[in-house]
Order: sequence, then structure tokens, then C-alpha cells
Amino acid sequence: MVCMEITRAGKRLTARDAGLVACRRCARVWPMGQARCGRCGSHLESRDTKSLQKVWAWWIAGVIAYIPANLYPMLKTNTLVSHTENTIIGGAVELAHHGSFGVAAIILIASVLIPVGKFLAIAFLAISARRGSTVPPRTRTHMFEIVEFIGRWSMIDVFVVAILSSLVQLSVVASIQPGPAAMTFALSVICTMLSAQAFDPRLIWDAVRRQQPRKTS
Amino acid sequence: MTTETLARTTPEEAAIEDLIACPHCDALYLAQMPAKGGRAVCSHCHTVLIAPRTKAGKKMIALTLTVMILVVAALFFPFLDINAGGIGNSTSILDAASSFRSGYMVFLSFLVAAAIIFVPLLRTVLILYVLIPVVRDRPALPHARRAFRLSQELKPWAMAEVFAIGCAVALVKVQDLAHIGFGPAFWMFSALVILVLINDNFLCTWSVWKSLELEND
Repeated sequence: MVCMEITRAGKRLTARDAGLVACRRCARVWPMGQARCGRCGSHLESRDTKSLQKVWAWWIAGVIAYIPANLYPMLKTNTLVSHTENTIIGGAVELAHHGSFGVAAIILIASVLIPVGKFLAIAFLAISARRGSTVPPRTRTHMFEIVEFIGRWSMIDVFVVAILSSLVQLSVVASIQPGPAAMTFALSVICTMLSAQAFDPRLIWDAVRRQQPRKTS
Repeated sequence: MTTETLARTTPEEAAIEDLIACPHCDALYLAQMPAKGGRAVCSHCHTVLIAPRTKAGKKMIALTLTVMILVVAALFFPFLDINAGGIGNSTSILDAASSFRSGYMVFLSFLVAAAIIFVPLLRTVLILYVLIPVVRDRPALPHARRAFRLSQELKPWAMAEVFAIGCAVALVKVQDLAHIGFGPAFWMFSALVILVLINDNFLCTWSVWKSLELEND
């Protein structure tokens, strides 16, 4: 441990306890009530009270956009002999039929497992920040970090569609066009990324500190 | 910064500019620079607060310059080419980004272009603008703090490495439809992805903020 803990009367302090407001971007602290960080210019708020509202708003938008993303085709493939339209899951199943299990797994993980997992994780974080949870706060903080890190990787499928539909343009022999699902899927990923960014992880710790004030050992 | 061995102090004893608050759980600490290669970690939630590296600034600049050159070069060379039944097509990264042409899909084209070209490129420019004066011990350039904040805010939206994995998936998807070849830009992009990942791990944002603060006060 390199940093010194700040305590008062044997109790560990948060910036808020000490009458200070912390900048979430550059970690500098300022006197309570200051509106903007004097170092990096970020908007300061001791606790983002509207955080959960924003999280839920983006979350709902993300879930709504995710439904058509699975129902409509992602790719339309035209060859000399056939015309096929593939949804996300349909495309992965087809890949698996051709024996490319690894790639099918990447698609399924990036387009189904990660988005659904993210919806569940964000919902859990938002609910537990208000109601408390038996899951230790450190685990929940890690969960938040993972959700923030992993969000962008869901865009893989959109990029795959972009690459394929610009590359495979061989007049009548074969051509690939993007389907409407590409659009709604991209929107869904963006909404969940914004939802995760709106979450204020300090709320996790506030709930814990309210229940059992930590004493320093 | 103090070097006293006392593990705890009260908020009244510390100068406000020497304090650091964990952005994830709001725990307050007296900031002390860890040894090069060491890290300061929040004892509550284990978030890494400070992680300086030896000659980080110079390495960052070298890597960032390389990234910039690679992105620009990758734009102008063919990226992938395809051949089936005597008809061929080659595509560049810009083609891939602008493949969503019909109606509302144009929006998606802007998005893909931003995520794989413009945002990564803008970030390299901003980081160079901020870091070069810091490393050369010159006063920071005007608006350096705003520039650095923007570069940090854009970080989740720079998706060059996600795009690279998308390429790999796309290749497997069309392998039985046509023959695919790699253009020079493909290899540049692969190198780029590795550099971007190394680059992001090098940057200790707190150290940069600290030096920007000293420069401008």
C-alpha cells in the first residue's frame, strides 16, 4: 500500500465524509459544492443522484433495440444459385454446420452471451446499489469494471457485416448486403455502453458503508 | 509529498492538492508516488490508482506516433481482396466503413468510420499534443487539459482492435464462398492493434494529470 489512508477518530474516510467532492476522471478532490474540477474540467458531483435513472433509461433502450436485432436478418447473401438471409444466431448455426466451431463460438459469445450478460449485470448492479446485496462490494466493483471493459467487443458482428458487405461484391457470382439487424444491434451496443458509463460505482460502496460503518483495524 | 511512515492522517493535516480519491469507491488517500514499476491500489476496492512506468512518456510518444503512421497508411492501401469465378474485388478500410449505403444505414457507416479510424486517430493526436511538452519539460500547450480529458472520454469508443478481430471472423465466414487474400493494410492493422493495447497499458492518467497541474499553475 503506497497511499496513506485518511482517517478521523479511527474511522476510514471517504471524500464525501471529509466534506470534499472527488473528480471521477482525474481523482483530484475539491471542497464540497464546487461544480467543475479545476484540474481536468469534468463536471463534479459528490454522488450522481440521477445515475440510476440514466442507467435504467439507456438499459431499457438497449434491451428494446436488442429484440429486433435478433429477429431481423443481419446478412443477406446472394449467390448464383441461392439467396439466403441470416439472423445473428442463424449465421452462427450455419458456421457450426460448416465445421467452424471456433468462429461460431466467437459470434455467439460476442453477439449473444456478452450483450445478455451485460443486461443482467447492469440490472443487478443498479438494483443492488439501491437495495443492497449479499455479493461483496469488491466483487460488484470488479463486475462493473468487466462490464465497462467488455462492452465494445460486442461490436464485432457489426464490423463483420461491414467488412463482408464491402468485400463480397462480385456482381452475379456472389454479393452480400447488410440487413436491418446490423443497425439495431449497433444501437443496442451503444445504449448498453452508455448505460454502464452512467452508473456511479460509488453507490455500491455507499450502501455497504451505511449498513456497517467500517472501523480501521 | 511526505515520506513519513505514519500510515494514517486526518483530512485537516493534508493539503487538498495532495489528496486522491478512488474514482470507484470514493475512499480518500494522501497520494504518494509509488516506485517506478510499482502501483498504488485502493485498499477498499482494489482499483489501481497510480501506476507510473519508467520513461513512460517517451515510450508513449514513440508508440503513439507509430500508431498514427499505421492508421494513415492502412487507410490508403488495399485491405483485403477476394476472388471467385474469375471476378475479383479488393476493399480498403474506408470501403468497409462506408459499406452501409442505403437510407438510414448511412448512419451506421459514420459510426463504423468513427470507431475504427477517426476516434483512434484523434486520440493519438490529442495524446501527442499533451505529452510532448510534458516529456520535454516545457510548459503545457494551451487547452492541454481539455485535450487530455477528451482523449480519455473517447477511449471506450476507439474500436480498432475490435475491428481486427471482426476481420478474422469475416475471413472464415466467406472462405468457402471465395478465395481471400490479404493486402498490405491488413498487416498494418494487425500491428496497430497490438500497439494500441500496449499503449493504453502504459498510460498512468493520474501522473499525467499531476504534471499538467504543475505546468499550468
